[in-house]
Amino acid sequence: MDDTIAAISTAQGVGAISIIRVSGPKAFEIVSKIFSNKKFLEAPSHTIHYGYIVDNGKKIDEVLVSKMNGPKTFTCEDVAEINAHGGITTTNEILELVLVNGARLAEPGEFTKRAFLNGRIDLTEAEGIMDLINSKTDKAREMALNQVSGEVSNLIRDLRNDLAGIISNIEVNIDYPEYEDTPVMTNNKVKNSLNSLEKKINNILEKSNEGEIIKNGIKTVIAGKPNVGKSSLLNRLLGEDRAIVTDVQGTTRDSIEASLVIDNIVLNLIDTAGIRDTSDTVESIGVSKSLSLIDQADLVLFVLNYNEEMTADERMILEKIRDKNHIIIVNKTDLEKKLDTSELDNPIYISIKDDKNIDEIKDRIKELFNLEKIETGDLTYLTSARSKAILRQVLDSVSDVREGIDNYPIDIVEIDLKKIWNLLGDIIGENYSEELLDELFSRFCVGK
Amino acid sequence: MNYEVIVVGGGHAGCEAALATARMGHKTLLVTGNINNIADMPCNPSIGGSAKGIVVREIDALGGEMGRCADKSLLQIKMLNSAKGPAVRSLRAQADKITYPKNMLKTLRECDNLEILEALVKDVKTNDNKVSGVLLEDGREIFSKAIILTTGTYMNADILVGDTRRREGPHGEKPSNYLSDNLAKKGFKLKRLKTGTPPRIKRDSIDFSKTKLENGDSVYHTFSFDNKVYYDVDNQVPCYLTYTTEETHKIILDNLNKSSMYGGIPDIKGIGPRYCPSIEDKVVRFRDKERHQLFLEPESLYYDDIYLQGFSTSMPHDIQEKMVHSLPGLENAEILRYAYAIEYDAIYPTQLKFSLETKLIENLFTAGQINGTSGYEEAACQGLMAGINAGLKLEGKDPLILKRDEAYIGVLIDDLITKGIRDPYRLLTSRSEYRLLLRTDNADLRLRDYGYKVGLVSREKYEKFLEKKDNIEKAISEFKEIRLTPKDNDYLESLGTTLLKDGVSLYDLLKRPEIKVNDLLRYLNNEYDEDVLYQVMVKAKYEGYINKELEEAARMKRYEDKKIPKDVDYDSMHNLASEAKQKLKEVEPETIGQAMRISGVNPADISILTMYLKRGK
Repeated sequence: MDDTIAAISTAQGVGAISIIRVSGPKAFEIVSKIFSNKKFLEAPSHTIHYGYIVDNGKKIDEVLVSKMNGPKTFTCEDVAEINAHGGITTTNEILELVLVNGARLAEPGEFTKRAFLNGRIDLTEAEGIMDLINSKTDKAREMALNQVSGEVSNLIRDLRNDLAGIISNIEVNIDYPEYEDTPVMTNNKVKNSLNSLEKKINNILEKSNEGEIIKNGIKTVIAGKPNVGKSSLLNRLLGEDRAIVTDVQGTTRDSIEASLVIDNIVLNLIDTAGIRDTSDTVESIGVSKSLSLIDQADLVLFVLNYNEEMTADERMILEKIRDKNHIIIVNKTDLEKKLDTSELDNPIYISIKDDKNIDEIKDRIKELFNLEKIETGDLTYLTSARSKAILRQVLDSVSDVREGIDNYPIDIVEIDLKKIWNLLGDIIGENYSEELLDELFSRFCVGK
Repeated sequence: MNYEVIVVGGGHAGCEAALATARMGHKTLLVTGNINNIADMPCNPSIGGSAKGIVVREIDALGGEMGRCADKSLLQIKMLNSAKGPAVRSLRAQADKITYPKNMLKTLRECDNLEILEALVKDVKTNDNKVSGVLLEDGREIFSKAIILTTGTYMNADILVGDTRRREGPHGEKPSNYLSDNLAKKGFKLKRLKTGTPPRIKRDSIDFSKTKLENGDSVYHTFSFDNKVYYDVDNQVPCYLTYTTEETHKIILDNLNKSSMYGGIPDIKGIGPRYCPSIEDKVVRFRDKERHQLFLEPESLYYDDIYLQGFSTSMPHDIQEKMVHSLPGLENAEILRYAYAIEYDAIYPTQLKFSLETKLIENLFTAGQINGTSGYEEAACQGLMAGINAGLKLEGKDPLILKRDEAYIGVLIDDLITKGIRDPYRLLTSRSEYRLLLRTDNADLRLRDYGYKVGLVSREKYEKFLEKKDNIEKAISEFKEIRLTPKDNDYLESLGTTLLKDGVSLYDLLKRPEIKVNDLLRYLNNEYDEDVLYQVMVKAKYEGYINKELEEAARMKRYEDKKIPKDVDYDSMHNLASEAKQKLKEVEPETIGQAMRISGVNPADISILTMYLKRGK
């Protein structure tokens, strides 16, 4: 517990304010490096300070930072809490700054663990937490599982089964070498399985990235020619749903200017300038700009006018988005039909004016990103980082196997196969030989 | 009569235990039901095998007897898995069933401080929960400070053949009829186990031309680090391989209800070993398998019996006849001794401490099949450890406890007392998580220090070992210092390896899979023994993998170092799952690391336990 840990301690995506909690001996030092308020370091305990989070002189967000000296804190350590303006990207960016400046990303439940280990929570309270865990074993387990979707855990389970088959075959060959009838697992056979193994692991990584999209937001572009209803659509989406718009210009990556949350799914809208400023920028989004924006996007909402025939530019954009996640939205169905819709790919017909069919857009987004199966409520930035780190270790071990397989006997290669099996078990919580105290606390959500 | 140690039983565990305590200087009495049956091999005529062969090497490194005795009694010997990596190589020998016990008895008789008594033990006498002596079945009492029980399969032994059950030990020996009941009265939980042995066939009645020859290796091997060779590599006794046939399977299936194990005897409680199933089990459980492998193993040069390995059964005699005659080469075979199964009492090994002392009675140790294991080697190594620890206890010293990353012996004892047993326990390489550290070639490097420290390895042998260790260091630095350059490329080309552009050390060259240690000897300034060069080779070629296992062992050590106080009150930890609570109370783990290995104790339970312990401080 000599290091300083940090994590976002509020639920993500919802809520007007988010808190980044930093705990440990260097908590104040780290925060002071990125906090404009220079009095912070010398300030007395249990005080709150106003200022900006700055990255190389660039203002990231206007914040309030509370300073609490240990031991009278939740973890009994020095704790700084940065109250930021919510918004996924800003919050994550502040967290990243804290991490870059010397803190370590907290494991799930690590704050609670420190609280216990430092004697902050007594046994009764700890038992209370245990009761909670015990009474909700399935739920706690699910949280560990939610590092990846249910589908992914099944993939991992299958993979482990395949591996178990190979491993046990190698072991039976070792322990019963005199039995000539037993099939022999050879390096070549393992090699063949290795390709499929790697493919499956990459597939799992891909699936994890889907989870990543949910957690970090879907980069979205609303495209369409002037006057087709882009701004109304955005305002309609913003107005109707609980939305948070961060508007710190030019400070965020990928020119994300607005985040909107639909049923816990975050759409990060890329370069909305042309959409939101209705006065003079209607013409400012030319086709070429649209095309470059589309390149960056995870999702393109392409809006067409029901009341007008398709233009050449629009055809070009249609062609461009064919291989991307996209939704074709046909607006102004309250007017006369002039658009040839026969070749459109599953369009959604809406009328913003009559408030018709807007919800269908949300449903389509969920469908497109396979969100139905993923419980987004419990997902946090952190669990994803953990499971992805493990998956990276898995890939390392796969390449260890690959490296070893031509030069070492099979029982040596098996050392790495076993390691992969164990690592995969860690992800789905089926391996009990790992850091056990951490394992249990990982079933807590961070920042509790 | 007064002794410091009484060893009850003269099997492989008993012999090692008695020799250990006597050699450590403690006046020892070995009590056996039949002196002529000491170090008997009632089952297969072989010593070693996968993992077990490494255990024999470990016994030898610690100063035990099994390896030396086996070396003097070899019929044939081979290195298993020699085509695989160094981690899984292991010696397996056929040992002469007459010579081995004879050699062991001679060693026992020549040992100072050791007496042998032919008698059966009825009860363990205690005073204030501490050993005071034994009561014999003939009513005599013998006093001692410590007792080591190595009763093998003799406690309440029943021989099962077909539908008959007889109270009898292996091959008609007298069973021990009172001891296990008396142990139960003292509070020990007993478990009924069972094992079996196949029929013995008359050598002359077998047509070996229909079987496949199985020879020993053509290079010399010894179990013992003494490296004394007693056999002629060109005159080893062969084994033979044959197979069951469709007819064999039909006979078995048609007569299944006559097998003791399949309904022939209704009240069988004993659980047989998963790792040596009877032929009935094999045929029933693997119906798709067309044939099962059987080995014909000579038992001795001095009599005719051929052991039919893989064919243990509890069928009645007439069915056994039919089964045997359905085997290729055995059509006219004469059965000298029929197969049988034996049921016996063991104690739950979770009632033991790491030292193999019982938790219930001070200075009472148990070793071997009484602890639920199967196999000569498993028994012998426990006997050795129980002997060493009884001796150390009498000397007021801390016990010798081998860790899982130090020895297969450590793996075995930890498994027994931590996980308990379901069926007779056999050691397998897959039971170890640190296979590459626990090799047959480095057993001395791992354990000889301990053997010397407890007094079982002589000064002379220890100095020889230290010299070997020095030589390994010396050889490694020589391999690292001597560098080859592009002007050596002609020779390297002849070895078929990539040519050099810069200087490279011999050590780094040795890392190349195609380079053998012998290829590089010409560049060395000193000569080294083969076993020294082997250590250099293993270190160079497998360093990366060895380091991985060392790292894992270091990681686990953090948990192994976390002690659980003896007075820990599991009942006060309300949140422990009830299964975990019960298991923890039963096993009484000494460390968090051990608790983590108990089946039924999950991570949440470990965390609660850890929290509780931290709070307690």
